[in-house]
Amino acid sequence: MAASDILLGMSGLRIDGFSRGKRTEIVKGIDLELARGEILGVIGETGAGKSSLGLAAMGYVRAGCRFTGGSIDFDGLDLIGMTEEEKRRLRGHRIAYVAQSALSAFNPAHRLLDQTIETCVDRGLQTPEEARANAVELYRKLNLPDPENYGRRFPHQVSGGQLQRAMTAMAMMSRPDLIIFDEPTTALDVTTQVEVLRTIRDLVRQHGTAALYITHDLAVVSQLADRIAVLQHGRVVEIAPTRQMIANPTHDYTRSLWAVRNLDKPERRDGEPILRFNGVEASYGSSRALSEISFDVPASSFVGVVGESGSGKTTVARIVAGLLPISAGSVSFAGKPLAGLSVHRDRETLRRIQLVQQSADTSINPRHTIGQSIGRPLELYFGLKGRERDSRVVQLLEQMELGPEFLTRLPSELSGGQKQRVNIARALAAQPDLIVCDEVTSGLDQLVQEAILKLLIRVQEEQGVSYLFITHDMNVVQGISDKLLVMHQGRIVEQGFRSEVFSPPHHPYTERLLASVPQVDPDWLNRLVAADATP
Amino acid sequence: MTRQERAQADPLQRRRIPISGVAGLMVIAAYLVVALFAPLIAPHGEAEIIGQALLPMGEGSLLGTDQLGRDVLSRLIYGARNTIGIAALTTALSFLVGGSLGLLAAVAPTWLELALSRIFDALMAIPYLILALVLLAVFGRNVTALVVILGLIDSTRVYRLARATAFPIVVSNYVTAARIRGESRSWIMFREILPNIIPPLVAEFGLRFSFVFLSISALSFLGVGIQPPTADWGSMVAENKTLIIYGSPAPLLPAAAIALLTVSINFVLDWLVNKAGGKQ
Repeated sequence: MAASDILLGMSGLRIDGFSRGKRTEIVKGIDLELARGEILGVIGETGAGKSSLGLAAMGYVRAGCRFTGGSIDFDGLDLIGMTEEEKRRLRGHRIAYVAQSALSAFNPAHRLLDQTIETCVDRGLQTPEEARANAVELYRKLNLPDPENYGRRFPHQVSGGQLQRAMTAMAMMSRPDLIIFDEPTTALDVTTQVEVLRTIRDLVRQHGTAALYITHDLAVVSQLADRIAVLQHGRVVEIAPTRQMIANPTHDYTRSLWAVRNLDKPERRDGEPILRFNGVEASYGSSRALSEISFDVPASSFVGVVGESGSGKTTVARIVAGLLPISAGSVSFAGKPLAGLSVHRDRETLRRIQLVQQSADTSINPRHTIGQSIGRPLELYFGLKGRERDSRVVQLLEQMELGPEFLTRLPSELSGGQKQRVNIARALAAQPDLIVCDEVTSGLDQLVQEAILKLLIRVQEEQGVSYLFITHDMNVVQGISDKLLVMHQGRIVEQGFRSEVFSPPHHPYTERLLASVPQVDPDWLNRLVAADATP
Repeated sequence: MTRQERAQADPLQRRRIPISGVAGLMVIAAYLVVALFAPLIAPHGEAEIIGQALLPMGEGSLLGTDQLGRDVLSRLIYGARNTIGIAALTTALSFLVGGSLGLLAAVAPTWLELALSRIFDALMAIPYLILALVLLAVFGRNVTALVVILGLIDSTRVYRLARATAFPIVVSNYVTAARIRGESRSWIMFREILPNIIPPLVAEFGLRFSFVFLSISALSFLGVGIQPPTADWGSMVAENKTLIIYGSPAPLLPAAAIALLTVSINFVLDWLVNKAGGKQ
């Protein structure tokens, strides 16, 4: 690679972070080069330093962090040494950033078009008229519906996938030399993700923009990147062209990333139904959320519920948990009719059905210690107190592969995966017969996901609990569910045992869900696009 | 040191208490010491007449005497005790009432929340001082009535704050979890929600304390607050106000004492609020 071809060069980069009263090194000496027009995928687990690396490519560190060594060279400019003002002029002009959550990155009070052109006009790069025409052109290239009028909408009026594309348009406005994508599709449904990935890839290729694409999802990055860098504990452990990396990973850690998802639990077909939905309908206000839902959850079984957002799968969870009353049909639990709202259920029923919510971050009280959170169901349902309670909490923590030192910690001191374990431990504390898991693995890394799934299966083997496992990711339930319900627009479009649902012929919607799950294969997206083109 | 490095200076340094906060804390501590140990510090009694009326500063006593010949310094010191003590009691009462009802409104059924909110709205619609004046005129001019009436009027603001900050927490996942676990309403109010709204409430506590303090001084100035011969800063300003015409600084001293405490409390609050904001 000739020196003039290199757009971004990092050498020996070190970044320090400050947490819990001591300094820890987040980035421990990274050397990286990015050529003009090249897409470099950066992959690694949470805490590997991916996002810090992405910010560093703009000469920026998070609050409380600092550069402690090395250099970053952007097209002959020293990003670490330059003043804030010089950096400000680069950002949004020659370097752009696309963040993970588009919804929180847009100002809800302004129209999309105004926000798309704001930086460009503010910097005097384009007149407002030019910028508007430019934005409409980008909306068109990004396949946004009705590009002429798209920008007149407010952020809440468009879907998450569209918003993520609008943010890409915003980043492309000034025709930057470098775009940093930080997990741009992580929060999206699989089917939406495909569309966003495709448009991002085509646009970046078309304009010859260099990109740093940060993700924890190997399958996603292999669709886009020319080269992949694997990050672990703040170091690049392996970097190679995509095809070579996928065909022939050399480092042990890289191989472990490739090897995830080989869970296989024998399918169970027996068991008395513990939960039964019969012709259930439900609505939020005047909009109907569920129509004619009928299914059984056999005792000690793992029932997966899959579908995109808006398919009604979370509504099913809310009904079982007693958060939403049904408007027609009936629900029975352990042979008896189940009262609609949780306030009408007796304590024994409340104990027997536990809910593990989607976001572990927000489902544990941030002001309670882990011991208090897990101990509370023990107090409430079994009257355990003091030392007795604590020793049971320690047992539960051990079952979740967490040490007794977690007893006194606060949720803010835990990682996402640890919080989800605490969340599951709290559900298990009640010794339930049925656990409703609402997207418990989304937002977690592949490795952490697998560890959590293994835990759930082990608990089931030991205690015979049933799961109603809600997810948008077919991949998650592929190896472990006994039964599957596929939901679409408030209806069950297909249901049956795992072997039936996963073997052809598929229902067309199931087919689409299955095809949308990214594969670790650089040609997967191309094939999918080709298949779409030929009806 | 480059600009970059300065911008990224050690977070430890940024966590230090700012100079205004330190000054505020010191002043508040000094006031508290004076208030607690007033009888030991004051050179003369609260209502003791030590000599001629209206003696200028330095003649016989450090700050001179008031219109009845009482020592201004001693009265200032006792005034700290009365004014601060009553303000603290009043603020505590307003938080007890307003905070509990605000939390209740957040978790209560809609009809109860609406009823409570309209009652508090109605109270807030009447100007603060006028309502206090009317109620004090009706229920008598004693310290108990003063504390109860001001506490209740002030609880309307606390109610609003507690209710508003509790609402987003009521719909949070962990409160949902508590609800489907079968927790009682009081557990949800005081064990799940309250710990999470403490930071804004603490900030508000200081602010309301300042306001109550000013209200008591204002009511005393108007003659319905703390009654003579009990010394308090508001009535001291009122009693000596005519002296301003003669160029005496005597009425300005209690006013300055009020101003200094209010400013100090706000310095400390700014620091506390910034600290809480920085944590998020």
